Amino acid sequence: MAIFLSMQGISKSYPGVTALKDVSFEIAAGEVVGLIGENGAGKSTLMKVLGGVVAPSAGTMVIDGAAHDRLTVRQSQAAGIAFVHQELNLFENIDVAGNIFAGREPRTRLGLIDRAGMRREAAQLLEILRVPYGPDTLVECLSIAERQMLEIAKALSMKARLIIMDEPTSSLSLNETDCLLTVVRNLQERGVAIVFITHRLSEVRAIADRVVCLRDGQVAGHLARAEISQDAMVRMMIGRDLQSLYTPPKVTAAVDFLVLSEIVTPAFPHCQLDLTLRTGEILGLAGLVGSGRTSLANTLFGITPAVGGKITLEGTPLSVTRPADAIRAGIYLAPEDRKRAGIVLEMTIRENITLPNLPAFARYGLIRRGPERDLSEQQKTALRIKAPGIETSVVTLSGGNQQKVVLAKWLSMRPRVIIFDEPTRGIDVGAKAEIYALMRELADGGTGILMISSDLEEVIGVSDRIAVMHEGRISGLLERAAFSEDAVMRLAVGLNERHAA
Amino acid sequence: MISKKELALIVLILVVGTVTYSLNPRFLSAVNIINMANLTGLFGIFAIGVGLVIISGGIDLSVGSMFALLGVVFLDLFANVGLHWTVALPVAVGLGLLLGLIHGLLVTKAGLQPFVVTLCGLLIYRGIARYYTSDSTMGFGYGTDDATLRWLMSGRTFDVPHTFIAFLIIAAIMAIVLHGSVYGRHLFATGKNEEAARYSGINTARVVTTTYVISGGLAGLASVFIVFYTNSVSPSSHGNFYELYAIAAAVLGGCSLRGGEGSILGIMLGTILLQILQNLVNLLGIPSSLNFAVMGSVILLGVLADQELTRRRKRSLAAVGVKA
Repeated sequence: MAIFLSMQGISKSYPGVTALKDVSFEIAAGEVVGLIGENGAGKSTLMKVLGGVVAPSAGTMVIDGAAHDRLTVRQSQAAGIAFVHQELNLFENIDVAGNIFAGREPRTRLGLIDRAGMRREAAQLLEILRVPYGPDTLVECLSIAERQMLEIAKALSMKARLIIMDEPTSSLSLNETDCLLTVVRNLQERGVAIVFITHRLSEVRAIADRVVCLRDGQVAGHLARAEISQDAMVRMMIGRDLQSLYTPPKVTAAVDFLVLSEIVTPAFPHCQLDLTLRTGEILGLAGLVGSGRTSLANTLFGITPAVGGKITLEGTPLSVTRPADAIRAGIYLAPEDRKRAGIVLEMTIRENITLPNLPAFARYGLIRRGPERDLSEQQKTALRIKAPGIETSVVTLSGGNQQKVVLAKWLSMRPRVIIFDEPTRGIDVGAKAEIYALMRELADGGTGILMISSDLEEVIGVSDRIAVMHEGRISGLLERAAFSEDAVMRLAVGLNERHAA
Repeated sequence: MISKKELALIVLILVVGTVTYSLNPRFLSAVNIINMANLTGLFGIFAIGVGLVIISGGIDLSVGSMFALLGVVFLDLFANVGLHWTVALPVAVGLGLLLGLIHGLLVTKAGLQPFVVTLCGLLIYRGIARYYTSDSTMGFGYGTDDATLRWLMSGRTFDVPHTFIAFLIIAAIMAIVLHGSVYGRHLFATGKNEEAARYSGINTARVVTTTYVISGGLAGLASVFIVFYTNSVSPSSHGNFYELYAIAAAVLGGCSLRGGEGSILGIMLGTILLQILQNLVNLLGIPSSLNFAVMGSVILLGVLADQELTRRRKRSLAAVGVKA
């Protein structure tokens, strides 16, 4: 295969920090390279060098035989390098065709936008990707997976020869992920090179021809197709053997204590839900995106109150009409979208930790700084939040540490039930293990844990029982002995449905 | 604790003051200082309320028209109907609170945009005030004054105008509320990220509504102070553009229109700086028609400088972020 791009000895240092050190990387046409590494390992910086956003301090890049010390954004685009970002950059109020050609609209002789030409070309691109929408669909009507396909269409319209996908599957459901992987294979057959950045190692195993691992800004190793395995990748990423990602339970789940009977959520007004959570267990809640898991969590926490049914906690009926009700009962939520709903980014660690429980630190409505600081320090140490101090702004922390701040908020308040919605999305392997250990520790202490996750490995590895949702209903309940990816998937897509026992 | 932004404002106030003084020594004459203090108090009282609304992420455009409406209502009750001021004054403040409550509920319960709600308020209150008086100027009339109230509203104690004293007291109380109380912390959290505040169990609708109620109440109180300053109310022009003075003072004082940022000290300094600028236009013989242009230019420069400082701070933060 012809080498499309080769980077040699790329280094990038910022004042006092080395982000990349002597990194070499190459990719051939039609090759899929999995780029892995913990957060902060230098993956993004390396890709930014490629995109022309960051200029390297040393090293050369050879594209099509031409050597460059650095690339400009324009050169990078001209060479056919395109990005599909984790945070999608689309205009929701404009249709599909308009988004594909945003900023490069074809013109008619009068200087107006050539709508017909644009639609024609867009339709061709969409045909290649086999998506279920046309050039006239408004982007706000598309799901996240469909938007991702649109980003890929956009890349193809720019005659991309190398597409860099940065965590493309982090918000996708299982079969959407499968679709994406199929598209990646199609692109590969068309001779497009793909750099696939992800934290989900099973996807790398499924798709990559080769794996490159970065650690602390350096290449930590390569794996050829045959050598790719979960263990090998984890070892390279963290530089040592990880005993196990998952902590086994110390105690077995005891009694039923949170009982949902005939709950109706506003999102699915025609479906009734029955679910029981036991003390000291981690109940995994699996299902496709949009199957009603997050709406159930929001209903339990009082964001979108139930429109029917009963919640009982330890035998007493509970009325949850707003988050304050849930919090008073000891039911807490670590939401899916951490940055939007979990934390106030521009506030300090201290201010975030005490936010839900401020009256406990106040006398006559005035906050007493002393006790507030003490508790924050205590939680920072207990959860090993890596930050210079409690007055550090949360915006500067890594994803894992931000998630710990969310937990620190609730753990200081005697939780009885904690709902984790996608607890490890965007969090690297090392921090994942820490979060799992924390969840298990809480469960062992008698807290009931409801964990929503789209990551099958995670659901199966962490849960004591798994409830699977399909179109707003619980389609089945699996005990540990019956766990398998296949069983969860079948229930998630609504095959051989069993009703919850 | 004084932030860098506030320190910069203090320096700016001192520089502008020194320049004005060197060009016209009357700047620091007792009469001029008392006059400036009086105006600062008048404008500062409601600027604090508007500032709180801005911190919640909203905006209040209605206060100028509220001065016209509440001004004529107060004058009518006090001078024409002959109610005692201990009744008429609370009625004005109470009406302000009520209008604020309506704004707050329209924003939080009906889900309307603050700009639209208070813009409608601006139009409606002005219109009602003009209709109420058939567009004629309303004054105190003969023998309807009350010596105690006049002393309270426009008198001085040890040469300090009562408007300024009221401003200081209100500022002190609001500083404690905003920077020390549970409510204040909830307000900042709501202004910065309403979603996260809601997920922390904060009743964000109540937090936001309260800011409009406070703004309305302070506008109600200010309306009576203003009546005693102008001595009469011409409903078509009374209080015109005052809402913009308040917003300007808050923005100059470091409140971000995106919400979640600002301080009482900043709003105070912003009000003082605006008054000094007005004064400077008068004292230096700059045509008073340029008044707004001077104000606008200084705010623009201030915001530009702030933007630049923020960018530099972000850059140094980013450098730290790479290290972490």
